[in-house]
Amino acid sequence: MNLNNLLSQTDPNACGKHGMWNRRGILKTAGLAGLSWLTPLSGQLALAAEKSGKRPRSVIVLWLQGGASQLESFDPHPGKKIAYGGKAVDTAQKGVQFAEGYEQTAEVMQDLSVIRSLNSKEGDHARAMYNIKTGHRPLPGLVHPSLGAIICHEMPELKLDIPTHISILSNQFPARGGYMGAKYDAFKIGDPVNPVPDISSWVDKDRQDSRLKSLDLLEASFSAGRLSKLDEDRTLHQTNVKRALNMMSSDQLAAFDVKQATEEERDGYGDSAFGRGCLTAVRLVEAGVRCVEVTLNGWDTHANNQEFTRKNAETLDPAIASLMKSLKERDLYDETIVLVGTEFGRTPKQNGVAGRDHWPHGFSVLLGGGGIAGGRVIGETDPEGEKEEASDKVTVDDLHATIHKALGIDSSFEMMTPLNRPIPLSEGNPVRKLLET
Amino acid sequence: MNSRSFRIALRLFLLFSLVVGSAIFLWNFLKTEKVQALTQSPVVEEIQGAVKTLNNSLSSKWKLKGLSPTPAATNETLARRLSLALTGAVPSLEELRKLENAKEGTDTVNAWLDHLFADKRYADYLAERLARVYVGVEPGPFLVYRRRRMVNWLSEEIGKNQAYDQIVQDMMGSHGIWTTNPEANFITVATRQNMEKKGLDEVKLATRASRAFLGISMDCMQCHDDKFGDHWKQKDFHQLAAFFSKSEIALTGVQENEKRIYETRLRGNPEEEEVGPKVPYRPDLLPENGDLRSRLSAWITHRENEAFSRAMVNRAWALIFGRPLVEPVDDIPLEGPYPAGMEILARDFADNNYDLQRLFRVIASSEAFRRSSSSGDAESPVTGKMEFAWAAFPVTPLRSEQVAGSIIQASNLHTIDSESHIIKKFQRMSETNDFVKRFGDQGEDEVREESGTIPQRLLLMNGKLVGERIKPNPFFNASSRVADYSTSDDEAVENAFLTVLTRRPSEPEKAHFTGILNETYKKNRQNMMADIYWALINSTEFSWNR
Repeated sequence: MNLNNLLSQTDPNACGKHGMWNRRGILKTAGLAGLSWLTPLSGQLALAAEKSGKRPRSVIVLWLQGGASQLESFDPHPGKKIAYGGKAVDTAQKGVQFAEGYEQTAEVMQDLSVIRSLNSKEGDHARAMYNIKTGHRPLPGLVHPSLGAIICHEMPELKLDIPTHISILSNQFPARGGYMGAKYDAFKIGDPVNPVPDISSWVDKDRQDSRLKSLDLLEASFSAGRLSKLDEDRTLHQTNVKRALNMMSSDQLAAFDVKQATEEERDGYGDSAFGRGCLTAVRLVEAGVRCVEVTLNGWDTHANNQEFTRKNAETLDPAIASLMKSLKERDLYDETIVLVGTEFGRTPKQNGVAGRDHWPHGFSVLLGGGGIAGGRVIGETDPEGEKEEASDKVTVDDLHATIHKALGIDSSFEMMTPLNRPIPLSEGNPVRKLLET
Repeated sequence: MNSRSFRIALRLFLLFSLVVGSAIFLWNFLKTEKVQALTQSPVVEEIQGAVKTLNNSLSSKWKLKGLSPTPAATNETLARRLSLALTGAVPSLEELRKLENAKEGTDTVNAWLDHLFADKRYADYLAERLARVYVGVEPGPFLVYRRRRMVNWLSEEIGKNQAYDQIVQDMMGSHGIWTTNPEANFITVATRQNMEKKGLDEVKLATRASRAFLGISMDCMQCHDDKFGDHWKQKDFHQLAAFFSKSEIALTGVQENEKRIYETRLRGNPEEEEVGPKVPYRPDLLPENGDLRSRLSAWITHRENEAFSRAMVNRAWALIFGRPLVEPVDDIPLEGPYPAGMEILARDFADNNYDLQRLFRVIASSEAFRRSSSSGDAESPVTGKMEFAWAAFPVTPLRSEQVAGSIIQASNLHTIDSESHIIKKFQRMSETNDFVKRFGDQGEDEVREESGTIPQRLLLMNGKLVGERIKPNPFFNASSRVADYSTSDDEAVENAFLTVLTRRPSEPEKAHFTGILNETYKKNRQNMMADIYWALINSTEFSWNR
């Protein structure tokens, strides 16, 4: 393998031409093994390719856990029976309204588009979440990678000390690497007001040095007589210890420290863990991270839907608006795709306890930044709530294919899975209206 | 007696009971029992024939390939492998003393297996591992599925060493309510949860059954014919699925309904068509009478349906070696060729009433299992070829719950098992869950071989479980107790190595670590021991099977 091939592999547009374990294979043949799978060379090449233009390189997913009601958020039908008295506000985009409570997000509508016709076939929380987070429906014997894992796998690896896939406030279903491997699992942190977990040693430097010295001795005696490249080819144990130590002492950790942002910026996001998570997401993307997921719980409103959704909006609205503002201020808007997603919507008709139940037909997500057109509305739901189907239906596959396309990832690329069965990254078609300028 | 003196008496009595109770608890907690030595297992003779055939087959393969096998692994290493495979944790110091005291000439592997099979941890752990294959790890459909019950049932069956074909028949042919007939959860977990269709998912059941019980992965054939092998047709798959088509969940639980039919769209036909039940091979083994599911389960577990024994042999081998004989573990070719050992083990398993314990014994008695993972010679290390032919024990990653279980076990000197105090058990369970969540759970992926990750390293270097378990605490933590109660630095280091790595230190290791302990006392000594524990727990050796 010559350098040209190596170059083509690190070109962000070269996605989809390689096999599953490309990187380690390439480095081996290129004679670079021994420098671990993140060599300075490949890192520099990747950086150079990316710095040359403003191409989308990162994704922020704001995950509304529980199934957010489309009617009380981004697809209101004020004055109609199914609104049950809910009001709406005008957005910066003429003729488009959001539900009351989203006044700040309404002002940044030109930076975001809304899909009101997302449609899935999964009405159970765990399955639907799997479906939307991975772009695939659950399949026995296989765990599909989440969007963030696919992006990290398909786009060039960067020379970062901190993880490139991060889940903030993750619940029991954080973004996973699935069949791409645990290496692509999201790194999980809680409320950014707290320090990053597991990042500080319990002992002082002298004792830490002594511990590491002891560790070296143990590693030397273990490797004797075993596979000649045990660490490189099999365990990556010592390699990862080194990288963990790098991370522990890295300046890049500052990106996690929300207290380093100005007070004014912090205030904009609201005093909530989720708000701090969103600000941290921006700071992480600024540091070069590929994908950040931030979770906001509390959307499974089977009872008192109006009350709970109004409360959630108080947290969500300032966070989305500030996030978009921060991205613009930092000149990251064109490089960063933002998805505000949820596992399904809620029934147009309320149930007996003023709640709305699960509704995977025609629900709403926001998408913007990173080359996705802003200010557009895809699909329309029935204002009377009689018809299940929304017009201009967008499938979950289509949503993923749109994001892949914007990032320059070839969705049709088939990965060989552990089932010995090749599966394309996505079987959907990009939503044209969101990609045309 | 007036009420005042009664109250005083009552208080005195309560105080007295508290003191006595605590004393008894402490005594139980701190006492060092006289350890029983392991004795020769009565079954060693019974399995000799099978073990010999297996070893001949392995050694002729090694000869043919010109491979010289690695030296024999130590008794401690063999015990570690078996405890990890069958209880999910390294052995305790207390258990290792039994091994140490074994009489000269004892077959320690089989004696160790006697010890493990008698322990409830074996049944519980194997049940959980198998349940992942049979019903997955997800909470599953609400109301009609109880995973915990299923696992408990499996554990009971395994505990009494129920014949494996019987276990499978019970699950496959189950009827009734999933709470009183826990094996029925195998069926009810396949209740559809999406919005298009209701009822049981025949395709999911057929996929699970063929993978788990036959080692045949035909799920691709759900949508098209076999692209690669030209072996299976799409229709084969749906005919298998049709065996589940009469099953439904009603008020009385899982039942058969003769009126139900199976319809699906086959490739090339735009319309759904009815597909009838038919087995993909050896139709002569399918009984004519009975309901569809019972007939299928009789066919699957038929003595002449060799795929059934091969599937379990491959899984048992993978449990013990961390790597199956045939990869992937649930995709075994029907017509071979098979690696050395597969056919011998499969035949022995079927000929001996599908006895799971015997299967583990024969595998563990083989020359392959007894090999070291190191050549013992730094100049000519083990090669991939040697591992592939089982001439060296392969180095494979431990699963997250094995790592958690081992950290918790290594921080106790006594065995943490079903006999342990309830507080310890609870502590163990919740600590394991927290840890597994951060470490990453492999889920249904039974024997995925993967390199470790950076967050995993951070978790072991700086995480709460390790930090809390090694810090000075002479009451709860083994590190401090080893530091305080060992009679010399040498003995302290040796105890630490045995407790954490299940081996003794080499001379250079002993020199290094006793140097750390030298002239240290009390809290300082406990801290130094914590540092030693930290290094041992963070070594490659601790997180990998070897």
